[in-house]
Amino acid sequence: MNKSKLVVIGNGMVGHHFLTALAERGGKDQFAITVIGEEPHTAYDRVHLSEYFSGRTLEQLSLVEAGDFDQIELLLGDPATAIDRSKKVVTTAAGKSLAYDQLVLATGSYPFVPPVPGREREQCYVYRTIEDLDGIMAGAKRSRVGVVVGGGLLGLEAANALTNLGLEAHVVEFAPQLMGVQLDQGGGEMLRRKIEALGVTVHTGRNTKEIVDGSEHLHRMNFADGQSLETDLILFSAGIRPQDKLAAESGLVLGERGGIEIDDGCRTSDPDIYAIGECALWQGRIFGLVAPGYQMAKAAAEVLLGGEGRFRGADMSTKLKLLGVEVGSIGDAHGRTEGSYSYQFQDERSESYKRMVVSADGTTLLGAVLVGDTSAYDTLLQYALNGIELPDSPEALILPASSGGAEVGLGPDKLPATAQICSCHDVTKGAICEAMDNGCRDLASLKSVTKASTGCGGCAALLKSVFDAELVKRGIEVNTDICEHFGYTRQALFHLIQVEEIRSFDELIQKHGRGLGCEICKPAVASCLASCWNEYVLEPPHAGLQDTNDRFLANMQKDGTYSVVPRVAGGEITPDKLIVLGEVARDFGLYTKVTGGQRIDLFGARMEQLPQIWSRLIAAGFETGHAYAKSLRTVKSCVGSTWCRYGIDDSVGLAIELENRYKGLRSPHKLKMGVSGCTRECAEAQSKDVGVIATERGWNLYVCGNGGMKPRHTDLLATDLDRATLIRYIDRFLMFYVRTADRLQRTSVWFEGLEGGLDYLKAVVIDDQLGLGDELERQMQHLVETYACEWQRTLDDDAAARRFRAFVNTDDLDNGVVRVVERGQPRPATEQERRDLAVTSDN
Amino acid sequence: MSTETTNPVRWIDICGLDELTPNVGTAALVAGEQVAIFLLPPAASGAESSPRPEIYAVGNHDPFGGANVISRGIVGDLNGEAMVASPLYKQHFRLADGHCLEDDRVRLPVWPIRVVEGRIEIGVASAE
Repeated sequence: MNKSKLVVIGNGMVGHHFLTALAERGGKDQFAITVIGEEPHTAYDRVHLSEYFSGRTLEQLSLVEAGDFDQIELLLGDPATAIDRSKKVVTTAAGKSLAYDQLVLATGSYPFVPPVPGREREQCYVYRTIEDLDGIMAGAKRSRVGVVVGGGLLGLEAANALTNLGLEAHVVEFAPQLMGVQLDQGGGEMLRRKIEALGVTVHTGRNTKEIVDGSEHLHRMNFADGQSLETDLILFSAGIRPQDKLAAESGLVLGERGGIEIDDGCRTSDPDIYAIGECALWQGRIFGLVAPGYQMAKAAAEVLLGGEGRFRGADMSTKLKLLGVEVGSIGDAHGRTEGSYSYQFQDERSESYKRMVVSADGTTLLGAVLVGDTSAYDTLLQYALNGIELPDSPEALILPASSGGAEVGLGPDKLPATAQICSCHDVTKGAICEAMDNGCRDLASLKSVTKASTGCGGCAALLKSVFDAELVKRGIEVNTDICEHFGYTRQALFHLIQVEEIRSFDELIQKHGRGLGCEICKPAVASCLASCWNEYVLEPPHAGLQDTNDRFLANMQKDGTYSVVPRVAGGEITPDKLIVLGEVARDFGLYTKVTGGQRIDLFGARMEQLPQIWSRLIAAGFETGHAYAKSLRTVKSCVGSTWCRYGIDDSVGLAIELENRYKGLRSPHKLKMGVSGCTRECAEAQSKDVGVIATERGWNLYVCGNGGMKPRHTDLLATDLDRATLIRYIDRFLMFYVRTADRLQRTSVWFEGLEGGLDYLKAVVIDDQLGLGDELERQMQHLVETYACEWQRTLDDDAAARRFRAFVNTDDLDNGVVRVVERGQPRPATEQERRDLAVTSDN
Repeated sequence: MSTETTNPVRWIDICGLDELTPNVGTAALVAGEQVAIFLLPPAASGAESSPRPEIYAVGNHDPFGGANVISRGIVGDLNGEAMVASPLYKQHFRLADGHCLEDDRVRLPVWPIRVVEGRIEIGVASAE
């Protein structure tokens, strides 16, 4: 089949979303696709661009997933310069001519710079691309004071970035208030107070007349009112303008003030040309947010494939944190609807401001402004979006519960099926219900199936409440009890053990449980007891609680024998020790294999051989490797700066230090760590529970990654840490996980379910908002100090060693263990081989 | 706890009661058969709990995993019935009669077992 030629100009967030939306609908079979990008990079996440300043790399900001560009021709760093609509050809700056049958314009917007004389001086920047940010970072190194021109949403974000870069930041706004689009005057005033308290100086109502040489600093900004301000760096963030030059020159119909006019199907005035995102004008409006852009992308993809895609406008309500201040704006925030009236609540002590705009008849919520406390946002938004009738005293929705404003939260049951829960991916309550009908029974799978809450994450709490309510509605009991013996979660049991200082399973089950216990609760409680008190796991009261691996301090294999893995911290091992491992394996007839965690696994040890094997290993200086336990396995490392030409820091040294610190820590599930000596990341630290990567200025700390069944890249928790701070953060992170995770829940899954996500984790670990920091560190220190090698302890104890006999009443061996040799090593015989061997020996 | 059997039983001495740890299984070789022995403490709660510890003897061979490992499983109860969970694939077997709770067609063999003057004895069918 001859494919139609589809050219897409622009590979920003919306342009890329279009490609994925098209591919998901089978578009790659119908179209030969060419993508032209002006920037030298493929799509990256501009919404989280400021994180680039805190160490997030371009790679981590990238929106491109493996396979996205399969079968697509990609031209980067080569802007389109002309569209010949009669010949249907696009030409690029490099002189390429590309014929198209259909064309999609996703050219985005450019930052508006007010026509102030002097705006082209050095150290004047805009804030849109990675290159802009590189420039700002370089400029900030030469600066002490920075000014942002523009007090809108992006301007305040830029001011935050300047503060983080260590500059004294100012915001200069032409209008009399901050965020005039989203906030009313009262909200703008409250925001200003809060931001100024954080050290950012706000100048409203200032019209910059010119920028000239300063006396103390590089620039002086002269304002129309005669005042002036000196600064080293100026950042323009005074709004965006649609990037419509190409369209204008090719004669497409534009709006009066710019923007490519489109219909509901995202078609421009030329039916073979589509426009999506911030370059497009729909019913006289430009949508400067990513969610409406995504909806346009989806609509255009559907229309191109002959479907019924429709863009129907989008809600521009927003909730965000600016410089740590919570701000929310919904619908008609200014009360411009005729006849509307409003309710306001202002708390000057806690510095919060709330306003609701209500229809003339008092039944419908039209808009709202929230500053300093956005807890009511989700509820208010659903009232506004779905036209749900307001309660009799609607003011209760914004009044604090203590002042008579009873909890009037809108239960998820009241939401109609069409209610949009996730605006980034346009997921409705109906779609969530459908996914649950199709078998989604936990939040993690719901997120992966519907994509809800995987964009900005702002809807996480709402999603969870809908999910919980729907479970109840379906008669599915949300039973979080660990098993029939305890009416508690693992987290609650951990708390009980800790607070009541419970030392044994028997004591716990007598006080808080029933029956004898089972293979679910016993190992889980054993793990909690070990995390709290760190007693030897084979003490008589604990021995019967352990899974077989923990009970024999080795890993049971399919034929009932065990594998043995001594610790090789950081993967560093001396030749002498390596030889000992070889000798032990040879003498006991063990199969050897190198593990993924940089150590050596010896397979096929009979139970009764384990103490003999370990006395040899311990004599050679080895200690137990906890490969059998839900605890720290290995800290994988690259060779680091000691040998590597590119290494920045001593990754092996740090890996050994971390492994020795956290070895033996019993946790809800196994833990793996990695340390890389530079950003080449040879230790694959970003797929570990805890990953550390050396930077020029210290260590970056990554958390909650996973390889295995459901791979997950880590999230960056903190950057450029010194060793002591790094270890303090890891202490807190690990202990917090140990305390709060479910049984057998890896950090990656735990993180997915953590309400508040990365921000919350940072608040706990870095900002210590729960005030738990000291306690978590103390608890970890206790475990570090009470560490003892479990095999050493076992060999010291005759009674313990006796438990490894195959039979209590004879020294005979288990005749069920049968071996054959393959590739020069022993392995368990298959059933057929066993039968064959049995016949031979009978004869 | 001994099970009534119709066949005459020969009692074989295994070990001292003090060689068993409550809740921790032990394997024994009895007339060529591998037996898993479990000593449970008196039931922690429940109306009909017996004051004495309970002792069980079931087959050590795991019919699902094909290895001799049942004695290394975790013991406990499910719906009030004493059970052991296989350490390989976690199937549950009722200690009283060896029945698998997940698959009614599968059961472990069981042996009568008793304590006589501080010694554990297991009963095997005596040769006719």
